[in-house]
Amino acid sequence: MPLFSLPGVHVPHRKNTSDMAAVKGFMPKTVLIPTAMHIGKPANVCVKVNQQVKVGEIIATADGFVSSNIYSSVSGTVKKIDNLLLSSGSFAPAVLIESDGLFTPFEGITPPEITDYKSFIDALTKSGIVGLGGAGFPTQVKLSVKDLSLIDEIIVNGAECEPYITSDTRTMIDDAEKIKEGVELLEKYLLVKKVTVGIEKNKPEAIKKMSEVFASDSSVTVKALPSLYPQGGEKVLIFNITGKVVPEGKLPIDVGVIVINCTTLAAIADFVKTGMPLVNKCVTIDGSAIKEPKNLIAPIGSSIEELIEFAGGFKEEPGKVFYGGPMMGIAVPDLSAPILKNTNAIIALNKKDSVTPEPTECIRCGKCLLHCPFSLQPVKIAAAYNAKDGAELKNLKVNLCMECGCCSFICPARRPLVQTNRLAKGYLREFLALEAKKAKEENK
Amino acid sequence: MGMLTVSASPHIRAAQNTQGVMLDVIIALLPAAIAGIIIFGINALFIILTSIISAVLSEFIFDKIVKKRNTITDLSAVVTGLLLALNLSTNIPLWQVAIGSCFAIVVVKCLFGGIGQNFANPAITARVFMLISFSDMAQSAFPTIVDSVATATPLAIASGVSEGTLPSLLDMFLGLRGGCLGETSALALIIGGAYLMIKRVISWHTPVSFILVSFICSWIFLGDLNGALYQVMGGGLLIGAIFMATDYATTPVTKKGKFVFGVCCGLITTVIRIWGSSPEGVSYAILLMNILTPYVEKFTAKKPFGGVEA
Repeated sequence: MPLFSLPGVHVPHRKNTSDMAAVKGFMPKTVLIPTAMHIGKPANVCVKVNQQVKVGEIIATADGFVSSNIYSSVSGTVKKIDNLLLSSGSFAPAVLIESDGLFTPFEGITPPEITDYKSFIDALTKSGIVGLGGAGFPTQVKLSVKDLSLIDEIIVNGAECEPYITSDTRTMIDDAEKIKEGVELLEKYLLVKKVTVGIEKNKPEAIKKMSEVFASDSSVTVKALPSLYPQGGEKVLIFNITGKVVPEGKLPIDVGVIVINCTTLAAIADFVKTGMPLVNKCVTIDGSAIKEPKNLIAPIGSSIEELIEFAGGFKEEPGKVFYGGPMMGIAVPDLSAPILKNTNAIIALNKKDSVTPEPTECIRCGKCLLHCPFSLQPVKIAAAYNAKDGAELKNLKVNLCMECGCCSFICPARRPLVQTNRLAKGYLREFLALEAKKAKEENK
Repeated sequence: MGMLTVSASPHIRAAQNTQGVMLDVIIALLPAAIAGIIIFGINALFIILTSIISAVLSEFIFDKIVKKRNTITDLSAVVTGLLLALNLSTNIPLWQVAIGSCFAIVVVKCLFGGIGQNFANPAITARVFMLISFSDMAQSAFPTIVDSVATATPLAIASGVSEGTLPSLLDMFLGLRGGCLGETSALALIIGGAYLMIKRVISWHTPVSFILVSFICSWIFLGDLNGALYQVMGGGLLIGAIFMATDYATTPVTKKGKFVFGVCCGLITTVIRIWGSSPEGVSYAILLMNILTPYVEKFTAKKPFGGVEA
């Protein structure tokens, strides 16, 4: 236990949907499934146009270790395979499937045979599961460790610190048994002795349910955490629960910890039991432009437009629509964008709430420093970036920035601080690559 | 359906903007301003209005001349004008107030790049400028109290510069004493300071360390608890510690830096007050520390979480 918690900001909760169990039954007419819904290389498409596919049938295979299989979420016909512009700015193929409305499961689906750690990881590579908290890191990669004795403890991330989103909350309440089964799998195959479930205090029902489910398991602790954004940030959660600091350039496993999202765990349990890979996702639909906020189970690849329509439509014309929460969410250019594996919410803001405030001069209030979880100096980083001073950016450790957005959120002058940090991180990467190249040439 | 905005996260912002911060400071200064008007009479109100109008007008005209986006709506000029007025004695001619306020905005703030860019506190620098330029004001002045009894400032009496009887500690607390317009009522200033801390506009670090160090040092060097209390409530210590030494632009941004800043201000103030030729030292202490702020910041910078030394 640390003596103090890392700083952050008090964001509005707006958990309007926390009492609403996910609505099932949404059946999209078509799905557009991108091959890049995870960190790592896009998967390779393995179906052809006009090919018939069923629910859970593979449509793209993982390209290398850090990648993930992609499965069809509907039964129907492949209509088109085309490049899709991703939020990263690059293009990757996406498969358009027209649903036959029957949702016939693929015949080849059987529960995986798991006997030990290796077969557990092998099974996960066929699950299509990625980090469902939002990052989308392939789960089999996250759980692959050189030596199981390196794992001191596992943290189940149920913080869900972003405003609006309650899909994890609902999973913890409605699928508590599945999360328990997921934890048991980790205890069995990863030989984990210590598990902590971290949940923000603004979810009392989830805390209660998790405590009940894990009452019989002495190795699991449920910990109520202050509702302080970004409580669910990996390094933040690790520090606030264990007091351990993940050093620059290292991974949580280097300090003996693995953090896994609660919905990811439920998905693992589901897959191990049924063999059905990840094809559906619980998504929170909310925001000032949404008529009836709710949680929905959506086939991956459904269009945002169709899903919002099913949810009850807009009450006002939307000005901005984004994946995820308002602190780190990624805005979409139009409503045809698909639901991804790691989409936990679609938030639609009305015109008024979509206005980007005009930045004014920095008044040196120091709030960005005070509220940065990692004690970075956004104003100095911006100055160094504007001066294109790579060495200074390196000193200021801009590479540590997790882009949580606390600095921009709190800035009274409305300066685009985290936005500049992102640009600075990119610039620093280029600068370091250039330096490394220079050093190499000098050595020759 | 219209076009959707695509912008980088975050998509929500905290409620408080620059204008809100400045408005909070103005609200926090109101008790002291009202106390000043009650204690010193209607002339205090004229000084306050002159100072604010001159400050806002100066910034407006400056922005127009240099073709910058007009910044008067951020209310920072109002804060500067109000703060300067509260640091003046009530028998000062209004034209001097107008010039001083214009100096604060144009020379100390705008010429250095405007809000957030100035290295010295505009109100304090203008006060010192006026002290030198119009030498018959400020410390040598004998401000009038409501009951029309001419009184020297307590610090001037305590240090032997002026003659007279010291007001009681209760009068000191309420502000029924000689001094600058807004500095006399400890009660009003503390209410303002508490408001700013509750609204998280300022942190406790600078005011508490500044006042505490001044108090302890005065107690040690004067060897007299009563004398130390007069030192804390007398002169511009409270208004300086709460409102001037917490100015964002000219003081350190880190908590540790703010603490160091307050401690140093307290030490310098006490040294000037006890051994210097002037009975008052708050302005000079803050001004000196303004100049040292970049160094204080450099040595009190926070280490990035998880950062590894190269």
